[in-house]
Parts: sequence; C-alpha cells; structure tokens
Amino acid sequence: MTINEIDLALADRASGGPSTESDVRIEVATQWQLMWWKFRRHKLAMFGGALVLFFYLLAAFAEFFAPVNFTTYNEQYVYAPPQMIHFFREGKLAPYVYGYKFERDPVSYKKTWAIDKSVIIPLRFFNHGDPYKFWGLFRGDLHLIGPVNASDPFYLLGADKSGRDVFSRIIYSARVSLTVGLVGVAISFTIGILVGGISGLVGGVVDNLIQRLIEILISIPTLPVWLALAAMVPLSWSALRVYFMITVILSLVGWMGLARVVRSKFLALREEDFIMAAQLDGVPRGRMITKHMIPSFLSHIIASITLSIPGMILGETALSFLGLGLRPPVVSWGVMLQDTQKVAVIAIYPWLLFPAVAVIIVVLALNFLGDGLRDAADPYQ
Amino acid sequence: MWKYLFRRFLSMLFTVWVISMLSFALIQLPPGDYVTTLVNQLVATSAGSSTISSEYIEQLREMYGFNQPMYVQYFKWIGKILTRGEFGYSFVYKRDAAVMITERLPMSFALSFASMILVWAVALPIGIYSAVRQYSLGDYIFSFMGFIGLAVPNFLLALILLFITYKYFDKAMIGLFSQEFASAPWSMAKFVDMLKHLWIPATIIGLGGTAGLIRTMRANLLDELNKPYVETARAKGLSERRLLWKYPVRHAMNPFISTIGWALPGFVAGDVIVSIVLNLPTSGPVLFNALKAQDMYVAAGFILMLSILTVIGTFISDILLAMLDPRIRLQ
Repeated sequence: MTINEIDLALADRASGGPSTESDVRIEVATQWQLMWWKFRRHKLAMFGGALVLFFYLLAAFAEFFAPVNFTTYNEQYVYAPPQMIHFFREGKLAPYVYGYKFERDPVSYKKTWAIDKSVIIPLRFFNHGDPYKFWGLFRGDLHLIGPVNASDPFYLLGADKSGRDVFSRIIYSARVSLTVGLVGVAISFTIGILVGGISGLVGGVVDNLIQRLIEILISIPTLPVWLALAAMVPLSWSALRVYFMITVILSLVGWMGLARVVRSKFLALREEDFIMAAQLDGVPRGRMITKHMIPSFLSHIIASITLSIPGMILGETALSFLGLGLRPPVVSWGVMLQDTQKVAVIAIYPWLLFPAVAVIIVVLALNFLGDGLRDAADPYQ
Repeated sequence: MWKYLFRRFLSMLFTVWVISMLSFALIQLPPGDYVTTLVNQLVATSAGSSTISSEYIEQLREMYGFNQPMYVQYFKWIGKILTRGEFGYSFVYKRDAAVMITERLPMSFALSFASMILVWAVALPIGIYSAVRQYSLGDYIFSFMGFIGLAVPNFLLALILLFITYKYFDKAMIGLFSQEFASAPWSMAKFVDMLKHLWIPATIIGLGGTAGLIRTMRANLLDELNKPYVETARAKGLSERRLLWKYPVRHAMNPFISTIGWALPGFVAGDVIVSIVLNLPTSGPVLFNALKAQDMYVAAGFILMLSILTVIGTFISDILLAMLDPRIRLQ
C-alpha cells in the first residue's frame, strides 16, 4: 500500500466514510469508486452538484414547477411587484399571498403597485391551473403551487411588461439555458476528442498542423466571432433552428481547449507502461483506444467539460441579451434579460433582474461541481 | 534567443494572414450583402409603393464590387489595407472605415490593457496571500469573491453599475471622458481625465479574469511551496519573506505569463460587450452595429484589428516567457 492510499484511507476514516475494513475496501475498489469517495469529501462540490441536479430537475419538470405557463399573460398586472409568500395562517398550513392595489402617482400619473394587506389570495399545493402538454406529449394541469382562484394574481418574482409571471418564465427558461450548455458541450466534446485524438495519436506533421490551427483559432477574440456568426442567422428561421445554430456557434468556439487537453493526455499515455504492455500483448489499435486509453482520462474530460458548461451558458445569455441569440417567443434567461437593457427599466422594476440571479447560481454551482470533479478525477494523487 | 524570436515572429505573421482570411470570410457568410439591407430599407421607407428596379440593384452591386468572386474581393480588400492603409468604406456611416478604426481601436486597446494591469495588480498579491495563508479566513473570502466574479456575467455588472450611477450619482461617471473633454482634441488633461474614468469599466471587464488568475497563482505557488528546495532553504535559515519571493513566487509566475496570450481575447471580448452596454467610445458598439447592418468593411476591419491586437499580445507574452525561462527557447 502506498503512502497516498494510506492517506486516503485515513481521510476516509476521519470523514466517517468506510471504517474498519477501509484498507481492504480501497485495495479492491474500482477507479470510479475511489473517485466517488474523494468527490464526497469535497463538501462545496457536493453542494454544487446537488444544486445543479435541482436546476435540471426544475427544467425537466418545468410545467409542473411553474405556477403558470410562460406565455400566460394578464395585462391588468403589467409590472406588478413580487409578492411575499406566507405559509401559515392562524397556525395552520395554508399558504397565501396578499393582493395588489394600484395607485396613480399624483405628480406623474404613473401607475404604481402596492401590496394590499386587506386582500388575501389563498394558494394551494398541487393546484389544478393552466393546462399544458408535458414535454409536448401528456396533457395535464397540475402545478406545484398556485392560487385557488385561477383569476387571482400570483407573482412570486413580479410580472414583466406584458404581465407575465417572471418566476414561471425563469423556470421555463432553465430548459433552454441549461440545455444550450449541454448540447453545446456535447458538440465541442465530439469535435475536441476527435481532433485532439487525431493530433495526439497520429503525431508528426498532422499534429503540428492541427496545433498551429488551434493556436490561430484560440487567439481570435470569441465575442466578435460569436456576434458575427449570430448576426448571420436569418430572422425567418424557426425557433428550433435558431436554437441549434446558436448552440453550434457557441461550441465552435469552445472545442479548442478540449482538443488540447485530449491531445496532451494521449501524448502522455503513449509513454505509460500499461499501454506498452497492452501493445506487447497485441491489442488492436481501436480496442486500445476505446478500452484502455479513453477510460483512463475520461474522468479528466468529464471535469473539464463540466467547467466549460458555464462558459456556454454565459455566452448564450450574453448573445440573447444583445438580441443576437435566441429570440422571443423562445424564452431563456438571456432573452428575459433583454428587457433590462434600459437602465430606467431596472431602476423602476428591479425584479426583472431575477433571471440573472438564476444564471449566477447555476454558473457558481457548475464551477464548484467541476472543481470537485477535477480534484476527484485523479484519485491516486 | 534571436533564432527563437525570428521563428516566433514568422509564425505570428502566418497567424495574422490566416486571421485576415477568416475575418473576411466571416463577414461574407450572412446571406445577402449591404445592397440587400439598403434595398430593404428603401422599400420600407417608401412604404412599398415603388419597387426598385433590378437594374439599379445590379448597378449598386457592380459599384461596390459585390459581383466579383470572394477571393478577388478579399485580395482587393487586403491589398488596399497593406499598401495604402485603406480599410474600405462604411456604408452605414458614410465614412472611411480606417478613420473609424483609428478613432475607436486605441480606446479598446487602452481599456483592455487597463483591465489586464488591474487583474494582475489584484490577482498576483491575492494569489500569493491565499497560498501562503492557505485555509485562512482571508483565503476563503478572496476565493469566494473570485468565484462571484467568475459567475456574474460582465454585462450584468455593467448593468448594475449603470443602475447604481443612475440612482445615486451623476451620469458623468460612465463613459470614458468628462463632458468637457468628450470632443476635445487630445491633450495631457484629456488623458488624465480618461485615466480617471477608465478604472470603472476596466474593473468590470477584469473581474471575471481575476478569479481564474488568483486560483492559478494559488495552485502554482502551493505546488512550489511543497517542494523540498523550500524546506532546504528554510532549514538553512533563510527569512520567510526572502524564501518566498526569491524562488517559489518566480517559479509560480511562469504559467501566469504564458496565459497572458489566452487571457487577451477574453479582455477584448469583455471590452466589446461592456462597451455596448455602457455605450463607451470603443470598438464594441461600432462593431456590433456594423455586424447587424452588414456593414462589412467596418466589421471585417474591426475583427481583423482586434484579433491582431491579441496576436501581438500573445507574441509579447511568449517573448517575456522565453526571457524568464531559458528552457522554452531551446525547445
């Protein structure tokens, strides 16, 4: 048993992990088990992972978690401020919010909203509200929470310029904003592993050429290129096509770093004893790559793609914010933030910035998760 | 050293050449050209009452040279840039694109440079502090702030800043110049005035990069501090301060300098979006508008020049690295 393994065993014991038989367990554990044990010790990463999972669940079941559909509007409650939710009334669990009353400013005649404490709007868990088609397949109308009387206003995070519920829209936006990151990473992962793999395995002139090309591409500032590519997406395209185009644009810029990582891993692996042993055993090349080489650095790749998702999310947000990314009626956090471009709007309706809070939380969580994965990726260290 | 310099210089030239082709191709990608935009505008303003004859459209295309194959257009474009410094004509602003570039690009450069200096000045000491006092309260606080800087998109920071100045200060804080200097010719006073305003957008742009650099510096220095030579030096009675600065910090700086080149595109990108939000007189807003209006010569010129700026930055960082670490030039 090496010093490191003993260290690991001791640390596991301290953290209440595997106890008496830990030595044996570590000796027989698979690489993935070791990584999981190491990852579990990283509290912040566990927390980040849980948050990420939570957000993806929210996105997956947006129809259920959102009180109303993201297109539902009510011109009566344009720019209504956020309501505070109260869970208990007269000692019993009976969630409710206060209603609104609006006043005209005596000077500017502008409509201002105020919370009216005399009106109580009762809420209900597992409420039957807006009908929807879950994932476009199953009909339903069940929502986690909603007003008992469907015509009552219920705006947890306020309403936007058309009187749509910001909270519901944030939840629906997660679907687009979070998957742009995933799809984009999947694309750049494929390109990166292909190009990096060829570069690292073939070597020689090909490697040299690819490396020079990557150096050139990396030195071009990303945002102007994103803007240029995004500006070429025709206005007439359907939402789905624009979505895929934007994802492709984001990933076109992101694959270079990954290709470099893959290449350096392949280069380093070529020198490893176990690869040499496999070669001497006559393992065919394809099997060597898929069975021996890729699994040995897959964990690193997973860590680095986790760390590259936030960049994609931020990229989509920035593009959509500028009006060059996704466009309404598609709703993403960036699209929602388009409304905040004018500073006067933020000054009067600061709750329109809530989508940004979602962006920040998700990006932070993904960073923590990625950090933990990176540390855990090499469990023998 | 000279041989390395020369080789590096040649590869820089090659990179610039490829980038020039890429930026031109990028601008040609959108379907249609400026004439399409123009015709659309004309049709829109005349409320569709009169249609524009296809002969006139052809004439316009002929005039701007849009009918020629792309490589001909490219060589004409790059040839003029190289021989006469002409970047073509801005269809939207009806001005010489080169003038627009010379107006705006130095501002972008100043802003990117200021953000980089700021990031260094902040990240280096904090990184060293965090490594030496690992797991101290300060380490946690700085790491946390770094993470926040990483997660908050910089256009959002710009928005929040706009909001704060809108609410609590006079508006003169935003922008790069005070009102009296905005259209004044360059002078020492104007320069000083710019420096006074520059730090706000520079901080916004730099904040995202700071987190990464602090963590790099911290990790590198921690690696170095655990090496036996540090222990040896300590055993020999070297003072802690000298011990830290003489070797480990220098070693840890190495990747720091090599990443300038990669960090630069990030600063330029940050400059573009923050300038759009704050409407600063840098490349950002002009490039943005040019891209939207298919004002191709302006857009291509800006992309080319911004990329060249970063390539030169990378070149300088490579030279610095080679001076710092002899192993690199021998490779």
